[in-house]
Amino acid sequence: MVSVRADVSTALSLRDISKRFGATQALDGASLDVRRGTLHALLGENGAGKTTLMRLAFGMDTPDTGTILVDGKTCAWRTSADALRAGIGMVHQHFLLVPAMSVAENIGLGRGGVFGGFDPTRTAAVVRDLVAATGLAIDPEARVGDLPVGAQQRLEILKALSHDARVLILDEPTAVLSPQETQDLYVWLRRFVDSGRTVVLITHKVREALQLADDVTVLRRGRTVMQVAAHATGEDEVLTALLGETPTHRAPRARAPQRTSGKSVLAVSDVSVRDDRGTERLKCVSAHVYGGEILGVAGVEGAGQLELLRVMAGRRKPDTGSATRPARVAFVPEDRHRDAVIGEWTLIENFALKDAGRAVGTMMWDDYRVRAESGVRAQDVRATSAHDRMDALSGGNQQKFVLARELEGAPEALVVENPTRGLDVRATAQVLDALRDARDAGVAVVIYSSDLDELFSVSDRIVVCYDGTVHEVPFDRQAVGRAMVGLS
Amino acid sequence: MTLRAATTSGLFSWRRLLPPLLVSAVVVGVIVVVIVAGHHDIIDSFSAFGRGSFGSAYAFWSATLVRATPLTLLGLAVALAFRSGVMNIGAEGQFLAGASAATAVVLSGVGGGMVLVIALPAAVLAGALWAAVAGWLKRRFGVLEVISSLMLNFVAQYLVSYLVRGPLQEPTHVYPQTETFGPAAHLPLLISGQRLHLGYAIAVLLALVLWWMFRATAVGFRLRAVGAGAAAAESAGQVVVPRVLFTAFLLSGAIAGLAGGVEVTGVTYALYEGISPGFGYTAIAVALLARLNPLAVIGTGIFFGALEAGAAAMQRDAGVPFQFVVVVEALVVLGVIALEWTRERGDTRR
Repeated sequence: MVSVRADVSTALSLRDISKRFGATQALDGASLDVRRGTLHALLGENGAGKTTLMRLAFGMDTPDTGTILVDGKTCAWRTSADALRAGIGMVHQHFLLVPAMSVAENIGLGRGGVFGGFDPTRTAAVVRDLVAATGLAIDPEARVGDLPVGAQQRLEILKALSHDARVLILDEPTAVLSPQETQDLYVWLRRFVDSGRTVVLITHKVREALQLADDVTVLRRGRTVMQVAAHATGEDEVLTALLGETPTHRAPRARAPQRTSGKSVLAVSDVSVRDDRGTERLKCVSAHVYGGEILGVAGVEGAGQLELLRVMAGRRKPDTGSATRPARVAFVPEDRHRDAVIGEWTLIENFALKDAGRAVGTMMWDDYRVRAESGVRAQDVRATSAHDRMDALSGGNQQKFVLARELEGAPEALVVENPTRGLDVRATAQVLDALRDARDAGVAVVIYSSDLDELFSVSDRIVVCYDGTVHEVPFDRQAVGRAMVGLS
Repeated sequence: MTLRAATTSGLFSWRRLLPPLLVSAVVVGVIVVVIVAGHHDIIDSFSAFGRGSFGSAYAFWSATLVRATPLTLLGLAVALAFRSGVMNIGAEGQFLAGASAATAVVLSGVGGGMVLVIALPAAVLAGALWAAVAGWLKRRFGVLEVISSLMLNFVAQYLVSYLVRGPLQEPTHVYPQTETFGPAAHLPLLISGQRLHLGYAIAVLLALVLWWMFRATAVGFRLRAVGAGAAAAESAGQVVVPRVLFTAFLLSGAIAGLAGGVEVTGVTYALYEGISPGFGYTAIAVALLARLNPLAVIGTGIFFGALEAGAAAMQRDAGVPFQFVVVVEALVVLGVIALEWTRERGDTRR
């Protein structure tokens, strides 16, 4: 073991960390030094080891080799409770909340031991103090299941801070947030850091990391390949470190020429949709898509865009109004694990899933194997064989597989919801390129993305959903941004 | 309940083998403790158990496999339902419905020498209908099938009580049971001098059919898809999920009903209260231990058949109460769950 000089200005330090899971070397001598009172961005592709490294820092796992130091003191904790006591807090990408309980009860959970009572008034007071001290607005009495995602995340942060965390680790916190919520979070994080605390932000959004962070660490294949102050580097340099190659500057692909006449492939007219509670999510809207164009749909969360896309994809019956669409519409849903694939099944079975509703007689498994294999090749899915289990693939490869399956057999229309959410830089580019290829082949493509940059980079035309209505807007950031909040 | 395809690495590894061995050791250990705590002789008990289950040709063909027949059929019914995402706890009730229907057909005197050709389909239909009640409640009102199918077991139990004290009671009206069936309503025996009957062959055949159905047919694939990921089946495959769930209910109930029909025409030749010593509940353990694989149900069916036959002999020869078998069954279910848990932990990798 290398002797380590105690460095008081370092709040959290991980040195030469290695960790192996079965056949996978997740971390291979990775290091990270987080200076006190700074916002530190931890960048890397999916599978680079970011989350594993932070799970070790938070005591959810123990490293095979290497040292963890907090405030210069070596720590060896066995559980997260030890890490919490040492002042480390973590907000996970997938929230760990009890939806049926109130905000206060969720914060009270895990405090006071097994037989310790839960004192609602005292906990509510603690929550109110926390809210006042942090400026994270939340109602302690609210039921967590009823809260929007942004508020659930604020609750996760409060939970960590209720243990008096001085170092806060956030794993891909913006993946689930709308652009406005993301902005709010960034502003809050900055203030939090300026008050002397420390933040580690796991992300793969390079641009945002460079704008926001003080320091940047880049992991690639379990090793630290870059550790630098944010102002001393640039996007290209970080991308090179991240990908292990010089990023090729693709010529931006041209938008398709605007069509104003002709027959649309996909159209909805005067469509209304009510949710389970009877609230009108779409109010008598009309929209259309031509073949060979990508229609981008923008909107803040809950503005009706998901309902619009589901009606277009034929995955939801409108309550009133009509939809015209080709016999089969390819559909890539937002929640891949729930709505698109079955993790414990093989790629072949998952490919056959597209025919599950209409298959008769016996299943032609040899056929499906050949089709799955050609899909794997078409979208460059990294898998050892079509017999692989779906959950053995990384998120990006799963998404490319879903695209391959849906695009097989030349569908006339393709509807995609947030297709790059949670994907790394490389997979994102591949997925967006696949959409453009489909467009160029004459497919009518509809995309909703909560990332406006992405929407502008891929769309030919943009409509905005606001409060259940759909608006045609000029292809312009300002105009779209204003329409999203109801200004025209 | 998650079901995994049996992917074996092909390598002999202690790490893989250790959890099942540990669980087995714990199960055997608890059995020994229970027997000793009841002041029974361990050696006597175990040798009685062995004699009763595998000790002789008679024990195997006439006790173990005869016990295994309803357990295998009902295990298949449960496995089919669970794999399709339907938590049918009502195999017991569907079994009783099938047994009652077959009995009613036999006693009505229809069919003459071909009575079985009517009685067994009637049992299938009755089981399916009994399951359809819970299926319909789920489809129409969203009632949880775990509760509705379980409750219907009691309804079926009291229905049998009513039948054997009322309309179907034997002519002297003394005993709460029906008249004994004539030979025309007996399932053929498979081996002369043994009690093993055609029902077991039906069970094995059905296991093969279900295995093939899940593996090769579109219907089986749809059932599997809904069981493994209903939302994905609906969104990616445009499967009409409620219809598939209802189908699974009907098929599961039909098989359980058949088991009831087979039991009255193959073993008891009469209907009476307590005709099932909880076969429908034991079947859940049979299906879980087989990890919902129809082929494996053949093996676990024999295992539990031997357990019950052996336990009966232990009661007879060593005085160990038959309830002991319930303890063992519960331990096996807990063991399976524990193993599933260790596997899941072993699988969590990042």
